Amino acid sequence: MDNPDPHKPIIEINRLNFWYGPKQALFDINMTIARNRTTAFIGPSGCGKSTLLRCFNRMNDLNDEQRIDGQIVMHGMDIRAPEVDVIELRKRVGMVFQKSNPFPKSIFENIAYGLRIQGRNKKSDLEERIETSLRRAALWEEVKDRLHESAMALSGGQQQRLCIARTIAVEPDVVLMDEPCSALDPTATAKIEELIQDLKRYYTIIIVTHNMQQATRCSEFTAFFYLGKLIEFDTTTKIFTNPANKQTEDYITGRFG
Amino acid sequence: MPLRRKGIDWQSLIFTGATGLMTFSVVAMVALILGNIAWNGAAQMSLHFIIGGTKEGMFDTAQAGVFPMIFGTLALVVLMTLCVLPIGVITAIYLSEYARSTHAVTRVIRGAINNLAGVPSIVFGLFGLGFFVQFVGGGIDKIFCGGELTYGKPALIWAAATMAVLTLPVVIVATEEALRAVPQGLREGSMALGATKLETIRKVVLPQATPGIITGAILAVGRGAGEVAPIMFTGAAYYLAHLPAHLSDQFMNLGYHVFVLSTQSPDIERTKPILFGTVLVLLVLTFLLNSAGVIVRAKIRARARHAHG
Repeated sequence: MDNPDPHKPIIEINRLNFWYGPKQALFDINMTIARNRTTAFIGPSGCGKSTLLRCFNRMNDLNDEQRIDGQIVMHGMDIRAPEVDVIELRKRVGMVFQKSNPFPKSIFENIAYGLRIQGRNKKSDLEERIETSLRRAALWEEVKDRLHESAMALSGGQQQRLCIARTIAVEPDVVLMDEPCSALDPTATAKIEELIQDLKRYYTIIIVTHNMQQATRCSEFTAFFYLGKLIEFDTTTKIFTNPANKQTEDYITGRFG
Repeated sequence: MPLRRKGIDWQSLIFTGATGLMTFSVVAMVALILGNIAWNGAAQMSLHFIIGGTKEGMFDTAQAGVFPMIFGTLALVVLMTLCVLPIGVITAIYLSEYARSTHAVTRVIRGAINNLAGVPSIVFGLFGLGFFVQFVGGGIDKIFCGGELTYGKPALIWAAATMAVLTLPVVIVATEEALRAVPQGLREGSMALGATKLETIRKVVLPQATPGIITGAILAVGRGAGEVAPIMFTGAAYYLAHLPAHLSDQFMNLGYHVFVLSTQSPDIERTKPILFGTVLVLLVLTFLLNSAGVIVRAKIRARARHAHG
């Protein structure tokens, strides 16, 4: 399936198959992800969309049982190649998780974490990056007076925005979001969606969501997955107004899933 | 009237009574033991008993002192903790963070640890004598001391090492539990930012698990302070004129002293107050060590909650 906007691809996926132990989770996925755009992955639970997302930063490596076959090309290199530095890859491809996972440290140290492990410990440098990241994550005004207080005291929505700030502090090219709003209330969700609109100026965003409205509000492209297969991939407008595939139509109109 | 209750519910009444009675009897037994020791031991308490030595007469109620035993017990417990914590924590990190839990080797290691926990403590004593004293100590003497008997005999260091092996399962299990309680999301969050596994363990997982590791240390200390069998052959002495000054010295120990008093005394009835006094000192010492651990743990937890670092 071709990318509807093929001019500026950042990730190309060729014939990707994925197994958890004996169970195949992804079947022959081919797609290209556009640079500085937001791509939404939708589909019912267990359709493989999160699995695919976790291939992009090789988070699946943490699972002993996984087996993968095919190519994911980024910066002209198959990110699965043995000579790829996974640590470097994860700095380029950041991830925001379904359940917000701030470290039990101060707000400041949460964002400093990724910079410190890169050896960037200079205080002025850290302070500047932390302010920029928090501003981009639309959290600065709320926390600027309590940067050294525990991140655990923040509300759920604030925690998730802190996780976004933490991710963008290390200046990735791509930000993966795995259902980032599924544990948040509508107000907090609206804030994150607004944030996604802002962030795509700087980053390529791939977001997994169960929420159709979210996909239509946030993304330019939408991919519909079903039972480990990429069923349809097109502009979000096309998918939601005139889907080519019957299964896509059934899913987005709420007939199943 | 169907809502009307039919007489007394004897079944639940009896059950409630029985469970309550059993619980009470357990509490009563503990109270009885502690009360008995406190009552009989209090008579022996004096400043001289706590800070005095044994030179004046080990079996004389007026002159006996247990300071050398307190010193020996503390030295043993501190050395044991220094030995067991690094080994236990590192083993637990391997099992929890690196080993594949389904792998056959992991299962064998886990089984071995569980079995270690079930070995009678006297067996550890014999193991310590054969392995640490004769093999390791004898080997050190042969290689470094020119055959002169220095480490190849019962010593404080070998008693501590033996006790460390005995308490190893406690520390491993407690640490593993603490590591497992650290949410997987935190590990993933750290790795997703480009941290290596080692950085993740050092900076995110271990700080979170520290209170649990201290719990393990507290349990180990509680066990180590009271055990007698493992140190009988590996370092504890019946009587010493001087405090141990070197790792290769023998030492006196509260628990062992209780054993000595109850088996070697020339007149059991007359030395009974010393016996109870020693037991009371041992109990109080264990209680103080545990309290210290609990306070440290509470401080760390509080600091983690208001995390500044």
